[in-house]
Amino acid sequence: MVVPVVVDVMVRQPPPGIRNASVQTSVFSPCSAQLLPPFAPMTLAAEVINLQKDYMLGAVPVKALRGVTIQFPRGDFVAIMGSSGSGKSTLLNLLGALDRPTRGNYIIGGRDVSSMDDDELSTVRNEKIGFIFQSYNLIPQYTVLENIEVPVHYRTGYPRIGPKEEKWIARLAEMVGLGDRLDHRPFQLSGGQQQRVAIARALVNDPEIILADEPTGNLDSKTEQEIMEMLLTLNREGRTIIMVTHEPGVARLAKRQIYMKDGVVAGEGIFPG
Amino acid sequence: MPNLFRTIQLALKSLMLHKLRSGLTMLGIVFGVFSVIAMLAIGEGASQQAQQQVLQLGATNIIVRSVKPPRENASSQNQNSFVLRYGLKRADFDLLSKTIPTVLQAVPIRELMKACRYLHREMNCRIVGCTPDYVDMNHLTLAQGRFISDRDRREKTNVCVLGAGTAEQLFQYLDPLGQSVKIADRRYSVVGVTRRREASAAIGGSMSGQEYNQDIYIPLETMRVRMGDLDIDRRQGSFSAEEVELNQITLRITDVDQVVPTSKVISESLQQNHRTANDYSIVVPQELLKQAAQIRTIFNVVLGSIAAISLVVGGIGIMNIMLATVTERTREIGIRRALGAKRRDITMQFLTETIVLAGSGGIIGVLLGLSTPFWFDNLKSLTLKFFFDGGGGTSEFSDMFTNLQPQVVPSSLPLAFGISVGIGVIFGLYPARSAAQLDPIEALRHE
Repeated sequence: MVVPVVVDVMVRQPPPGIRNASVQTSVFSPCSAQLLPPFAPMTLAAEVINLQKDYMLGAVPVKALRGVTIQFPRGDFVAIMGSSGSGKSTLLNLLGALDRPTRGNYIIGGRDVSSMDDDELSTVRNEKIGFIFQSYNLIPQYTVLENIEVPVHYRTGYPRIGPKEEKWIARLAEMVGLGDRLDHRPFQLSGGQQQRVAIARALVNDPEIILADEPTGNLDSKTEQEIMEMLLTLNREGRTIIMVTHEPGVARLAKRQIYMKDGVVAGEGIFPG
Repeated sequence: MPNLFRTIQLALKSLMLHKLRSGLTMLGIVFGVFSVIAMLAIGEGASQQAQQQVLQLGATNIIVRSVKPPRENASSQNQNSFVLRYGLKRADFDLLSKTIPTVLQAVPIRELMKACRYLHREMNCRIVGCTPDYVDMNHLTLAQGRFISDRDRREKTNVCVLGAGTAEQLFQYLDPLGQSVKIADRRYSVVGVTRRREASAAIGGSMSGQEYNQDIYIPLETMRVRMGDLDIDRRQGSFSAEEVELNQITLRITDVDQVVPTSKVISESLQQNHRTANDYSIVVPQELLKQAAQIRTIFNVVLGSIAAISLVVGGIGIMNIMLATVTERTREIGIRRALGAKRRDITMQFLTETIVLAGSGGIIGVLLGLSTPFWFDNLKSLTLKFFFDGGGGTSEFSDMFTNLQPQVVPSSLPLAFGISVGIGVIFGLYPARSAAQLDPIEALRHE
């Protein structure tokens, strides 16, 4: 069942009641102390300021983003929509620290990403961002457990995986309902199960934001519901989620929607707004 | 640096994903390492064999040997005679042993091949007429009885000392001492038997080593009196005769440093007596030793480069496969980058895979290389069977080949293994770096 969400497009800060509840019922966080205390002042998980991105398509420069400014408060759930070519993929790549903007700033966890070098970007991706892809993107030769472990291996300083991490990974797998399939390979799992592995993997390093790129694009409607419920639960626990989607039905479940067109934010609100 | 054990574990996992492919790729390195070790082992075996044979001749010795002059020369000189006269004279021996101060000891030898017989058993032996010093000079030891004495020489007695092989063949289980052997219609009583001794290096232009076991030694003076200098060889419908006074003079020099200068003096002294005829040769074992070392170096370089080429080919094979792997796993690289892998993590990942691949190939190659002496024996008998007619040892090459024992050079094991790992690094670096340079966005989009 899809949990109904109170939609208030103008309120950037999530209702305090939700965050309050999340502290008590936190299941998706390694330690609840890391979460915000109740009634904390609004803090931003991430923020983009006048973000611009130019591509060279052959010899012709293409302006994919022409100045995007969005704020993502902690605990937000944003759906980014737009037709292909609207710049939403470019925005997602920039938000995912997979690329640097041509101009403008991207601040995540209080740090400006726009001028970081490749290694620092990798660290940001590892620590601050959890990716959920449309095509799951699990590593085929790894088991469920090993797939969830991957981001842990790339932590700064390459610490050894101790019992604490192992317990945490096992708990995550349990939470996404795959506790009994830890030794399965991705091809032995259904699409929905693979996406849950991906969700567990996105959470393993306790990131600032979760970036979901059409997380339900390859799933049937029943599995879509399950996955969305999971994301909503995560959000209720205080996770910031940024989701790119085509489907208005899925976008409606988010707290707010952002429409992209021709490289700028065309509007906010519920489709068709 | 990520946990090394873990990295290797993951590399193994990825390699095990394509067992056949990894195995075939590894094969290149396996054979490369194997051939490096095997080639060096065979080269080392051959050079040790050569070195030992040369050493048997004695480092302080100079050997002067009679050489049958080339046919054309001979016929022009001795047109009117059936008898071919050549070689060292007794006068040469006197000259060398008495006039050169650095000569410590000199042993003249006359050799003939003769049939000898004990009861009904008969064999062809090399009859060596020599002096008591011979036993010393050639590092022979006696198993039984005594060697020829000065008294035997003076009195020209009919005594003989048997080589180990001769004694075995003529007397089998009987005690040869006190028995008599019939050589060229005369009886010689056996006074001693020598111990078995390894053949020494070839001298005087012959390829085969000097065999001591089929010899019979008699006093030089006895030989001169009983057999003379003339040797008539009758063959079907024709005969040839040779008159040789001495076949060989072995000289022991006082000091190792004096060997080469003395050999020059000897050469000049002999020149006077043998003005036109080129019927003797001077062999300096010390120089042979140097030659052997040179040959060994050439041998090792040639064999080593052949093996190195196969290693490089193996390396190229690895690089090829790794490039294909990188393309195939572009998406995986994209995923890892998105999850926080740095460029050097990706480089390390693929580099570890090639190193693990090359390293395990190296280990297998080393193990195979260690087995060289075992399979080489089988190869030897097979080769002899097919190419030399049942290992009869007819040709001189087959002799050399049968006696060859490959020696695995201990230092070649870590060397070959190190090279294989090095090849893994060199040929793995490019694919690994190209993997790391992939744009994460492009890589993620890759199908």
